[in-house]
Amino acid sequence: MITIFGIPLQAFLGQLLLGLVNGSFYAILSLGLAVIFGLLNVINFAHGALYMFGAFLAWMGLSYFDLNYWVMLAIAPLIVGVFGIFIERCLLKHLYKLDHLYGLLLTFGITLLMEGLFRSFYGVSGQPYSTPEALRGATNLGFMVLPNYRAWVVVASVVVCLLTWFVIERTRLGALLRAGTENPRLVEAFGVNVPLMVTLTYGFGVALAGFAGVLAAPILQISPLMGSNLIVVVFAVVVIGGMGSILGAIVTGLGLGVIEGLTKVFWPEASSTVVFIIMAIVLLLRPAGLFGKEK
Amino acid sequence: MKLRTLSASLMLAGFGLVSHSALANISDDVIRIGFITDMASVYSDIDGPGGIEAARMAIADAGGEINGKKIELIFADHQNKADVAAAKAREWFDQQKIDMLMGGTNSGVNLALAGIAAEKKKVFMAVGAAASDLTGAQCSPYTAHWAYDTVALARGTGSAIVKAGGKSWYFLTADYAFGHALERDTANVVKAAGGEIKGQVRAPLNSSDFSSFLLQAQSSKAQILGLANAGGDTINSIKAANEFGIGKTMKLAGLLIFINDIHSLGLNVTQGMQFTDGWYWDQNDETRAWSAKFEAKVKRKPSMVQAGDYSAVSNYLKAVKATGTDDSDTVMKWLKSNKVNDMFAKNGYLREDGRMVHDMFLMEVKKPSESKGPWDYYKQLAVLPGEEVFTTLAESTCKLIKK
Repeated sequence: MITIFGIPLQAFLGQLLLGLVNGSFYAILSLGLAVIFGLLNVINFAHGALYMFGAFLAWMGLSYFDLNYWVMLAIAPLIVGVFGIFIERCLLKHLYKLDHLYGLLLTFGITLLMEGLFRSFYGVSGQPYSTPEALRGATNLGFMVLPNYRAWVVVASVVVCLLTWFVIERTRLGALLRAGTENPRLVEAFGVNVPLMVTLTYGFGVALAGFAGVLAAPILQISPLMGSNLIVVVFAVVVIGGMGSILGAIVTGLGLGVIEGLTKVFWPEASSTVVFIIMAIVLLLRPAGLFGKEK
Repeated sequence: MKLRTLSASLMLAGFGLVSHSALANISDDVIRIGFITDMASVYSDIDGPGGIEAARMAIADAGGEINGKKIELIFADHQNKADVAAAKAREWFDQQKIDMLMGGTNSGVNLALAGIAAEKKKVFMAVGAAASDLTGAQCSPYTAHWAYDTVALARGTGSAIVKAGGKSWYFLTADYAFGHALERDTANVVKAAGGEIKGQVRAPLNSSDFSSFLLQAQSSKAQILGLANAGGDTINSIKAANEFGIGKTMKLAGLLIFINDIHSLGLNVTQGMQFTDGWYWDQNDETRAWSAKFEAKVKRKPSMVQAGDYSAVSNYLKAVKATGTDDSDTVMKWLKSNKVNDMFAKNGYLREDGRMVHDMFLMEVKKPSESKGPWDYYKQLAVLPGEEVFTTLAESTCKLIKK
């Protein structure tokens, strides 16, 4: 039998794939953060809470209104997005002239509020959500039996990530967004409604978090804490990829998922720390991140 | 203050002969209990705000005061960090003058608290923590380990499963004091019964995805997967095991299962699981009555830990009332020489090493068809006599035990 670093090739491939599944979540969440940071210069700490909100919406849809997974996969990100727009219009807007730290503190406060609210209603043990009918079962890939749902997660998030990248980097709308980041006054002078663009971008960024939340619902127990468990890692991913870099967020998200997955095999105790070790190394060698540009 | 102390001692001196217990009165004119637990994170459903409520119920049932001295409860969130808990405990001992410290969930935290309480010579009641080290290698004359421990869980569940033919084991372990203790104690039981340990994987506390660890476990070809974790970690590992069909090749043994875990996962996923518990709300009229009162306040049924919180506080208060003092040595002496008889334990007793010995129960999760509704989840398979499931004094590594 072929072995890699002492473990059979089959097991190795299996672990790579599982890493990719987790990496998909990192990618889609860090993408949202990167988009928001790129245009708004806001470090959106509420991202984890909005991800949790998305997952809870999926659960609420099913248990209170009998709306299935597919419906909620479309509706939940919209609701989260609208909620995001509300946050941006009512609260964040007033902080743009101030230091980054204020935005971070505000969104951190929103996180605490949301988590506390859900905790007091639902406790921390979480709500169960079963896999949608069409994606139940598992496929034997030869080297491992992969639950169909996990395969769907990878496909869905890669498609969403690539679409986002395409819109921002390759379309006229994206060009305006990027120009707005560089010089909002000049873009406004061309007749573009920059504040509206900013609001919609924030809405879109957090909608991505809501989308990831619905994707995660059948895999994880839906608990008020699910976001805060993840968000710190996602921030590390954004820092490693380079703040504000779209492609950087996607590639490092997937890559770190894989690295973390392999760490779970070779040194399981360190699997929750490995991302931060990499972050420290990257910051020492390339302070702007792997894909970031030095300013 | 000084004058009052002086006049009080003069008065006492005037009486001439006074017994020791009367001399050591209630310090600072208040009986203050400090309760540190996980209020918001992974273990907060098992204990947390519900545990605080249980402690409050015990204080209310004791009348809120003893000999005219008020009973006060203060609490804090340890966030599952031993250093946070230790700093809080020191502050409480030094500034708030607490008389008794209670440790909620998390063994790492409780081992740190036990050390501080011993140094300050104050009563420490560990309820939510499981590590048997609290009354073993790290025992203290001031620790009372109340509800359960890893040895009892291991002997209860471990021997039942080995007896049923589960000889080869692999462990999925929470990587901190509690998980290590539970894995070690269960492995000892399995090996003593002629079983074999195929290996273990140690996952960081609060991991979100367990699939990788589960596949490693599956490739070990062991029959039994021992889950040496708790709370959210147990829930997410059982959920992922279900998704990956781990149950087809190995049987899952949850070594520490709380009713909140079953409630969260649902009976479809958990039916038939066997595990050890120290208490269940639906055991007799007394437990049902207390649980109804608890549920009216907290909106869910109590866990074994929350019932244990109530029992620990009420027995401490009984001791204070009986001796008329909150002096630690006097209270501990009383607790160690009087039986525990309440809705939590029958004929329990606090041993020299700090272990509260009481009967445990082997439970099985009901099938959905057997359950009458929410919270009706367990079937009691056997009573596990305390003398048999807890570490015996002969086996104890506690330095307080003279051999």
